Amino acid sequence: MILCQVVGTAVSTRKDAHLQGAKLLVVVEVDPRGQALDKGTMVVIDAVGAGRGDIVLVATGSAANLTPQTTQSPVDATAVAIVDTVVSSGQVMYSSNS
Amino acid sequence: MIFAKVIGTVVADARVSSMGGQLLRLVQLVDGRTLEPRGGIYVAADVTGAGDGELVMLSSGASARKAGNLQNAPVDLAIIAIIDEVAGADGVIYRSTRKDGVV
Repeated sequence: MILCQVVGTAVSTRKDAHLQGAKLLVVVEVDPRGQALDKGTMVVIDAVGAGRGDIVLVATGSAANLTPQTTQSPVDATAVAIVDTVVSSGQVMYSSNS
Repeated sequence: MIFAKVIGTVVADARVSSMGGQLLRLVQLVDGRTLEPRGGIYVAADVTGAGDGELVMLSSGASARKAGNLQNAPVDLAIIAIIDEVAGADGVIYRSTRKDGVV
């Protein structure tokens, strides 16, 4: 899984039936400190109620289909968790509180 | 599979139910010959109980979910083994200091 920051949302009316009700997030991949990597954006399905600014855990490939909202969806990336903290070498690299 | 070093932990209480209480570790991919960092940093589900600094083997994609209790978890990367020893053309280049290893 990769760490991403939510930088926006997207709305679609005409779409595959399986995407009905799905919330679309625009995200950028980030490093463990929450700093954006220069990799461009992705659109992912929101399975956890994330909002702009949140750091989320994004599952890709067939793993993206293993959430209640996406079991039958033709999607390849889903935000599956909202990150509270990232700790490395005993140091807090990222905290959602700060 | 690929080698990586465990460099930290990710805490995420708000998660989809199918994820369960799965332990999430921060891993840095490493080169198989030098064991130096090479490639990105990812988040992997851990079924082995690996500690910080340990060299581990990762499995990715649908195969990763054959490990532990990950069958229905939205997981695309898992730590499936803690490495005890790595040998190259010039002999042993890594040996774990772990007490319960077989080496």
